Amino acid sequence: MAAKRIGLEVSLAVSEAVMLCDADVVAAYPITPQTHIVEHLSELVADGKLDAAYIPVESEQSAMSSCIGSSAAGARTFTATSSQGLALMNEMLYIAPVLRTPVVMAIANRALSAPINIWNDHSDIMSVRDAGWVALFAENGQESLDLTIMSFRIGEDRRVSLPVSVNIDGFTLSHFIEPILVPTREEVAKYLPPFNPLVKLDIAKPVSIGMLGMPESYTEARKATDDALLASKEVVKECFADFAKQFGREYKVVESYRADDAETILVVMGSIAETAMTAVDEMREKGEKVGLVRLRLWRPFPVEEFKAAIKPAKNLAVIDRHMVMGVPDGPVALEVKSFLYADAARPSVSNYVLGLGGRDVTREDFWHITERAKAPDAAARPRYELVGVME
Amino acid sequence: MIEIRFHGRGGQGAVTSAELMAQTAIARGRYAQAFPSFGPERRGAPVTAFLRISDSPIRVREKIYNPDVVVVLDPTVMSVTRVDAGLKPGGWLLVNTHKSPADVKKEFGYAQKVATLDAMSIALEVLGVPITNTVMLGVFSKVLGQATPEDVKEPFLNRFGEALAAKNQLAFEKAYAETRLEE
Repeated sequence: MAAKRIGLEVSLAVSEAVMLCDADVVAAYPITPQTHIVEHLSELVADGKLDAAYIPVESEQSAMSSCIGSSAAGARTFTATSSQGLALMNEMLYIAPVLRTPVVMAIANRALSAPINIWNDHSDIMSVRDAGWVALFAENGQESLDLTIMSFRIGEDRRVSLPVSVNIDGFTLSHFIEPILVPTREEVAKYLPPFNPLVKLDIAKPVSIGMLGMPESYTEARKATDDALLASKEVVKECFADFAKQFGREYKVVESYRADDAETILVVMGSIAETAMTAVDEMREKGEKVGLVRLRLWRPFPVEEFKAAIKPAKNLAVIDRHMVMGVPDGPVALEVKSFLYADAARPSVSNYVLGLGGRDVTREDFWHITERAKAPDAAARPRYELVGVME
Repeated sequence: MIEIRFHGRGGQGAVTSAELMAQTAIARGRYAQAFPSFGPERRGAPVTAFLRISDSPIRVREKIYNPDVVVVLDPTVMSVTRVDAGLKPGGWLLVNTHKSPADVKKEFGYAQKVATLDAMSIALEVLGVPITNTVMLGVFSKVLGQATPEDVKEPFLNRFGEALAAKNQLAFEKAYAETRLEE
């Protein structure tokens, strides 16, 4: 029988995914807009639907500490957070990758204070982009569920052994009720093998994890982690391909939409891609040669796939959801420009920061950006624009 | 695609209304999307919720600025908010009030079509609480033909459990039968 879509809040779909993956430990602290994820997980554990230890810690710093410990002991481990919660985890976020603990974390992306703001942008994840986690961005509810399942397999693969974050736009994705196909436990078990780490904390075979790194070894330990993160791209692609084989839903590290013959390409991450695709359709109807490229995988940055996707473009409009203070560029644009610098034939790149602190991102924004990015007069084409800011 | 905006006050079930209609549509194999206005939740403060229903996948996540339909769960909101803002010409305003559609149009100067029902009385009579969401869903379904009493049975059961679902089903059916449409 063909599976039927059900109307499900995206947060709850993520919790269901964690249950289907049979996680052993969930350690979390509630914070808006992530709360529904861990709230539902605590219900699933209390109702006996998920046989896991639910650790209601007193802070996010403790949440991530508990996660690292349980993952090091060989337990499949999940947590979720947002904004200030992610910020409070900061020191532990840098430790998990080097200790090679494949914790999976959903981040319901929310603006960092101040001013205090509970709504969506990408300032939380961007503030920890260098920590060494594999980072994926979901576009819709189905993808949020699917990526959560795939993240356990990616992170726990012995070739990777790294933590993975699944980024879900707070509210504009996390709080939407939408049609979602939920696989069965058996189907997920077929896709996701048991967690079997190379090294784990075991009193029968004692090891120490997390020792002092002297100047003689620190550089090498960091490099080993970076090498693993860079190499994880091929495992991510493999896990996506196997998922498509089993579940019929295809994912790529970089997605293209009507970009094959596009003169102007919009570059986005996260759930604004859906509104952007509709805007692209509307502009195409008017004869505009515009397309869209979306980064699903943010870390490791899929440089080759990204370059191939943007190849036809004369104008690249890179859209950021975070402001890098002190530098007139958003984080995605900074990296795109650095990758393209050495290429002789590179497009004109302009950067647009928008949708900060929950300001609605509309189709009109993408029409505006496209007009600006392709302006023939160089003076009219911005290098960097904070879209819609009130001066 | 039909786009609907719900206006109510925190605690009256504006968000639940949008959710239930989305789940009803999805259960029937259609596509739908429901989301709240994302404010910090405060009981009693004006709240907004949004709903899109379509026969094809929905690929837009912006708020609804030009709804086809506006549902007003609490008539007092009309005095503090232009609930008809952006409402399409020829669109519907579905209002919980004991007043007639003609009186509501005159009082607030609405240019679009209006349907009314004294949902509060039905809610108090059938549910015993001043929560008008499932009553107003009856109005919505009647006026727009989006769902029949049969269609909502399963979503109500999933949401409310057996005892409460039966009461809400009755409230829905009463509204479905008693809604007053503009002549």
